[in-house]
Amino acid sequence: MTDHVLTYMTFFPLAGMVVVLLLPRERHDLVRWASALFTLPPLLLAVWLYRNFDPVNPGLQFVEKAAWIPAYNINYFVAVDGISISMVLLTALLTFLCIFASWGIDKGVKGYFALFLLLDTGMMGVFVALDFFLFYIFWEVMLLPMYFLIGIWGGPRREYAAIKFFLYTLFGSVLMLLAILALYFSSEPHTFDMTQLIAQSSRYGTTPLHFWPFDHLRWGFQHVVWMALFIGFAIKIPAFPFHTWLPDAHVEAPTAISVILAGILLKMGAYGILRINYPMLPEATADLAYYFLGALGTWNIIYGALCAMAQKDFKKLVAYSSVSHMGYVMLGMASFTPQGISGAVLQMFNHGTITGMLFLLVGVIYDRAHHRDIDGFGGLAAVMPVYTGVSVLAFFASMGLPGLSGFISEVLVLLGAWQKYPLLSALGASGVILTAGYLLWTIQRVYLGATNEKYKAMPEINGRELFTLVPLGIIVIILGVYPNALLDLLRASLDQLNQLVIPHLS
Amino acid sequence: MDLGNIASLDFFYPEAILTGTILLVVLLDLVLTNKRALGLVALAGCLLSLWATLQLYGTSGGWLFHRMIVLDNFSLFFKLVSLFAAILVLWMSRGSREVGEVHQGEYSAILLSSTLGMFFMASSTNLLMAYLSLELVSLTSYILTGFLPHNRRSSEAALKYLIYGGVASGTMIYGMSWIFGMAGSLDYARINQALLQGEANHLGLFIAFVFILAGFGYKIVFVPFHMWSPDVYQGAPTPITAFLSVGSNAAGVAILIRFFFPAVSRLGDDGNWMFLSGVEWPHFLLMVSMVTMTLGNLCALNQQNVKRLLAYSGIAHAGYILMGLVVLNNEGLQAMLFYIVVYLIMNLGAFLVVVIVANATGKEDIESYRGLAWRGSAIPAVCMAIFLFSLTGLPPLAGFVGKFFLFAAVIKQQFYLLAVVAVINSVISLYYYARIVKTMFLDFPQPSDGQVKMTAEAAVLLGLLSSMTLLFGIYWGPLVAFTNHSLSFFVK
Repeated sequence: MTDHVLTYMTFFPLAGMVVVLLLPRERHDLVRWASALFTLPPLLLAVWLYRNFDPVNPGLQFVEKAAWIPAYNINYFVAVDGISISMVLLTALLTFLCIFASWGIDKGVKGYFALFLLLDTGMMGVFVALDFFLFYIFWEVMLLPMYFLIGIWGGPRREYAAIKFFLYTLFGSVLMLLAILALYFSSEPHTFDMTQLIAQSSRYGTTPLHFWPFDHLRWGFQHVVWMALFIGFAIKIPAFPFHTWLPDAHVEAPTAISVILAGILLKMGAYGILRINYPMLPEATADLAYYFLGALGTWNIIYGALCAMAQKDFKKLVAYSSVSHMGYVMLGMASFTPQGISGAVLQMFNHGTITGMLFLLVGVIYDRAHHRDIDGFGGLAAVMPVYTGVSVLAFFASMGLPGLSGFISEVLVLLGAWQKYPLLSALGASGVILTAGYLLWTIQRVYLGATNEKYKAMPEINGRELFTLVPLGIIVIILGVYPNALLDLLRASLDQLNQLVIPHLS
Repeated sequence: MDLGNIASLDFFYPEAILTGTILLVVLLDLVLTNKRALGLVALAGCLLSLWATLQLYGTSGGWLFHRMIVLDNFSLFFKLVSLFAAILVLWMSRGSREVGEVHQGEYSAILLSSTLGMFFMASSTNLLMAYLSLELVSLTSYILTGFLPHNRRSSEAALKYLIYGGVASGTMIYGMSWIFGMAGSLDYARINQALLQGEANHLGLFIAFVFILAGFGYKIVFVPFHMWSPDVYQGAPTPITAFLSVGSNAAGVAILIRFFFPAVSRLGDDGNWMFLSGVEWPHFLLMVSMVTMTLGNLCALNQQNVKRLLAYSGIAHAGYILMGLVVLNNEGLQAMLFYIVVYLIMNLGAFLVVVIVANATGKEDIESYRGLAWRGSAIPAVCMAIFLFSLTGLPPLAGFVGKFFLFAAVIKQQFYLLAVVAVINSVISLYYYARIVKTMFLDFPQPSDGQVKMTAEAAVLLGLLSSMTLLFGIYWGPLVAFTNHSLSFFVK
């Protein structure tokens, strides 16, 4: 059992999909409970993984490897280390909770949960795969269910949002495919094994190539591959200027899918850069990520916050706040300091839990009021005190209030970044003020003030909704007080990763 | 092995069985009252021929009929592909209302004649034989395209096809006359000797190749010989469209590879082919490939008729397949063969759904697919989505693996520009394939849209094709081994 724990975590939902497809179409509750049943074991295994993960070992753990297509040296190779462990835990947790957040879906229930479980397999697979080919398959497998989940069960502009998401992401991933092939043919013997590709990183040349119109950039093979991979990942993060799919997709997607999008899919971009660009192409990383990535991150922070401030739609505001918060991840990653990089990975986890809460909270009032206009509410605190309490916790966590998890990761990022880029850190820190601005203003408009007559009788948050929010709230508080619960797991691997790049920094 | 007429017959069973079946179908057509049984007879003949072909696969090979045709794994591979296409199309035709109204005897007999022509296209090693086999396939295709009586589109398509085909094959035979003039022989092996030893004029060769490519390219549907395809695809009966899109495409690739490798390339000691040095061929093919895929994809974006859309997507796929030829090495060829197999599966699957929907609605425009997933059984819509996403090249479907090999071959030879153009084309193609998927799943049916039902036969075929699309996307080792093994030419 314990030998194949990652395989079970990845493929249990796929088995669930098959079971769900075999269930009768009319038995909605049966389908829902079956889906919950098949996402519970990965969560329990995640807890087991958390307890058995060796924090001192910077290398891969729980490795499984089997030949798949030997003629091309393609293997089924999965493992976790400090870079991926937090994402694996987050995926297992959020998918389980999102099943319950999807309880209200009553159109095409069977199809929805089947696709959701397929999506779960794809996401988990991306975080555990260490064979590049396998990674790419999982990466693409996610696209199809996501397209249908947004496109069939989404809001009024769902078709536009779904195809936009699909086209953007596919564009990024085909560039990634070319980069994968280029790396494959540069390695000797040809391999898709990430650990071997990393070990051979000195083979990927940096002598400038001559290709018009980029002659003056003096880019080598390594830089071109780095850029192809980076664009693929930047679209997912989403880094400016590739972020425009995100507000559309988030706003149109059903609540649970927004949570998955913000909580897990966005992390894949940052995860990919850490997992692939950094160790595999360290020289290009040192040349291209230094300053560029940090500046891009800072721009994301400020730009996202300003956009969020201008939104009238509650969900769009949360979506833009994601753009802003993912900026901290990029800034932290670009610092190449132990604090910055572990702050970035911690921020990935914290953003997943906090933004997950925010989307769930928006979903709660949307289900009741059927609109998301921020100015259309008012004084909800008097009508729904419990709901307001949870909301305020999530808002404060998102704002970075000390004692809650968002504070720790943002401070770590800024501490790390300050050592390299004082100006960018100062700008990034001022982003916190903008964040506080739009969040407090939203609290004021939605929860405080005079109660809107229309919503005098709005029902309080129910048990199922609380069930999806409370675990996330507890994690937010725990990690705010005792961040080492997670940081300890990451540190060893991330330090090792840092050491690969630092020698190349000029 | 260089066999004479009588000795060759031992290795000629697949063709002989097919010829016998054609005659049998024509004769039975006169006596049988149940015309639907004729399709079964044709199907049985194909299966028998398939069995005979498999018996020959792996034998050492040789020249037959005084070096007119050749027996090797490469030709047998394409015979198998043509037979699979014929079998699946005959199967598909049984459930098609459109084809049910025409003369079954002639329909099956001509379809089989076309398959026979493809056999010869794959195996001819003589320019004259190549020309004749190509014409056999062309003539039967013209008839099949115009097979629907009292249908103006069908007749118009047949006429267009005929005129284009006439011009293209005329150009090709002119090019062949140049080769004959330079090499002094029509036999591929002698042409090869003459070209490698003699001081053939490179410009002259280049021009001759371009002319010959006109004839082959019109079968495979390259730009600028593609103009016939949208009209023909739209006008022809749907099963015939499916047959043309995979069968005659594959046979065109076969004749193309046979000519450009065994006839005019040098076989290196390491088993790799080297193209005649001095002829600027790769960059010419590169341009043709890029223009073909881009034009096909851009034109497909705005189509309203699904058959027409698939015609343009077929042009784009011809461009992808040509990528394998640009690199002029075994890896490229192997990628082409692999792609032909997966293209056969996924494209026939897509056309099968077109047949099912046309049976229920009588229409072929995208509108008639509205809410297909919510009208009766969702299976046709789900399968169509699988085929279309496979055509786009998304994992874990077979189309992805096919494209993966083509990209790999191109990147290994560092044709980065071609690779980038090709992947951008894949993204463009997603838009129009997803448009059909959107109509099927994201739009909801109007009350006027009827239910879509399929026959048990069609359902079995659909299940078979979609599970193969999935299977070859996840575990494609055996198929790669098969295509690798098929890449052996008999040269001496």
